[in-house]
Amino acid sequence: MNIQIRERPEAGASAGIKTAIADCDIHPARATKDELYPYLAKRWHAHLETFGVHAYQGMMEGPPYPKAQPNASRRDAYPPEGGQQGSSLSFMQKQHLDPNNVALGVLNPLNTGQGLRNQDLAGAICSAINDWQIEKWTSKDTRLKGSVVVPNEDGVAAAAEIRKRAGDTNFVQVLLLSRNVEPLGQRRYWPIYEAAQEAGLPIGVHAFGFGGNPITASGWPSYYIEEMVGHSQCQQTALASLVLEGVFERFPKLKMVMVEAGFGWAPSLAWRLDKVFSRLHAEVPHLKRKPSEYIRDHIWWTTQPMEDPESRDHLFQTIEWIGWDRLLFATDYPHWDFDEPSRVLPAGVSDANRQAFYLDNAKQLYGIA
Amino acid sequence: MTSPIAGGVDCDLHPAVPHLTSLLPYMNDYWRDQVTTRGMMDLISQSYPTNSPISSRPDWRPAQGKPGSSLADMQRQALDKFGSAYGICNPLYGVQMVFSEDMADAFCRALNDWLVKEWLDKDDRLRGSIVIPVQSIEKAVAEIERCAQDKRFVQVLMLVMGDMPLGKRHYWPIYAAAERLGLPIGIHAGSAYHNPPTSVGWGSYHIEDYIAQAQAFQTQLTSLIVEGVFARHPALKMVMLESGFTWLPPFLWRLHKFWRGVRMETPWVDRAPLEIVRSNIRFSLQPVDAPPEGDTLNRLFDHMQSDELILFSTDYPHWQFDGDDVLPKGLSQDLVRKIMIDNPQATYGRLKMKETTP
Repeated sequence: MNIQIRERPEAGASAGIKTAIADCDIHPARATKDELYPYLAKRWHAHLETFGVHAYQGMMEGPPYPKAQPNASRRDAYPPEGGQQGSSLSFMQKQHLDPNNVALGVLNPLNTGQGLRNQDLAGAICSAINDWQIEKWTSKDTRLKGSVVVPNEDGVAAAAEIRKRAGDTNFVQVLLLSRNVEPLGQRRYWPIYEAAQEAGLPIGVHAFGFGGNPITASGWPSYYIEEMVGHSQCQQTALASLVLEGVFERFPKLKMVMVEAGFGWAPSLAWRLDKVFSRLHAEVPHLKRKPSEYIRDHIWWTTQPMEDPESRDHLFQTIEWIGWDRLLFATDYPHWDFDEPSRVLPAGVSDANRQAFYLDNAKQLYGIA
Repeated sequence: MTSPIAGGVDCDLHPAVPHLTSLLPYMNDYWRDQVTTRGMMDLISQSYPTNSPISSRPDWRPAQGKPGSSLADMQRQALDKFGSAYGICNPLYGVQMVFSEDMADAFCRALNDWLVKEWLDKDDRLRGSIVIPVQSIEKAVAEIERCAQDKRFVQVLMLVMGDMPLGKRHYWPIYAAAERLGLPIGIHAGSAYHNPPTSVGWGSYHIEDYIAQAQAFQTQLTSLIVEGVFARHPALKMVMLESGFTWLPPFLWRLHKFWRGVRMETPWVDRAPLEIVRSNIRFSLQPVDAPPEGDTLNRLFDHMQSDELILFSTDYPHWQFDGDDVLPKGLSQDLVRKIMIDNPQATYGRLKMKETTP
């Protein structure tokens, strides 16, 4: 469906930013339903037309919680040539990458083969999305880097896809979602971590996904806002699982990025983990260090949607508890809750911390010169 | 350390039911027969395995029986020790895990009657929470109305993880009854285990279940606020028990931000989430999920932007602190008074009632 949009100012409404930035969460979209077909074996075309993607939720089309905007995206982000928001490289360049001085843009494709029940289809779509990222995006604009998407519920197939892309500089990370069939620390996902560590790729864990579990520990909530706010709780639990299962003991070089789930919760979670661990460490003897130490050494956070307390001191104190070296700026373009680069950080931050926040942390983590 | 002051209200004490058979005298013939004929086991929840370190402070663990099963121990170790004027009993017996609403109803009635006889009647300082068969709204409301005649019941108790998010309209008759009868709703850590104990599925370890309590409280707070419980029941108070509270400020920043963004979805939420929390929601003190230095904690209190949110609790006999350090370091005397006396007194209206027994 094409939606007719009002006239808009040239190149969107971005205020622009003078210094170069890294945007660690950009969502590239497909302009048409069959845009992926050239990358998929013929059998899957008919399969998709007949059966759909068969996910771990009931809706054949669209998400179970209707978004606040079409495709959860900005109304001013429809490309002039048609197609959904985020589906045109030239318009993304014009509306976002150029005016916002994006030096590094990390692509996190959604609606891929992740979270599908049919694992052969999941693998085929993921591999197709990875090819599509190279052909449509990263080979056409070297500022953009892809994320290797994987059939997450089939650890062995996922690891094979990661190994296939290892060393390919079109990709800077492996992408997982926070809500899966099991908590992310579970052993079924370890082949993914092993392959990512071997390839030297960080793993981005993006909020979202459906894994067949109710999205709260008390069942299914009613509203979209509950799903949105709840991403931070799902992410906390997924991170607790990763730490407590000993993933970072087993894979000591693994780095992970918590994407689009907030970061303000990190100190409280780490304190709680340490305190409870001091009582219950006998249950998890595979942990050799305090939980907070694994978090400090292995975890990064993207910033969008930026924590937004009334007092900037509260924000700064929270960031100090986490570390200025652990935050990666992100806009979430073209989604509706986009963070404007020029406005996201209040005054009162040192030049070195600003530089780390907007660009250097990301370049260092993703190994971009 | 920060010294407690006398006359406080300990808002989270856990008297333990020694065994399911301890409730038999409070059941009718049919249920006594069911329990014995079918060989029903004790209802111990995986949330608190009896021998888990979190279920009892080592020096509070009795030589025999379940931690929290002896009134004399509770008096000596908690009530006398911290000079409490009142102690609110929140039994964590696993009746919520039961699937049959009839069985749950019979067990809840027995549990509430047991609490009166074995605890409230034996120490004037003790007050009770009404445990409800949440499996049936009708029966839950009836049990609230039955128990509320005894003014020593000062609260209704629910678990943070049940069948559905707590804001759902399905539960509102419970909230209407509680508001009408001047009873706050206490929401305590623990799961009915009718859903996976985390929002991303079943973890491997007990420690994961316990960590996840804090996230469950967060999602429940979202549900309660956005469903409009407090727009409909403005006088209703809810108390998050054993929830932790250091997660509250960043949680509210996020909820507030999304509420501004998508409030058209829930137009009845006509006040900012932070304001709703300030007027309607309270938190028990223990556990304090923060580093031991007073500095960080005082910053966290500053982030909470209110000194009225926290209610004193020992969480007896659970292991949340050692020695006499029930209050974290660095709290001002003014804040100690608020936490121990003023805030609980303002929350539990029934504490002021002189005529306590029906």
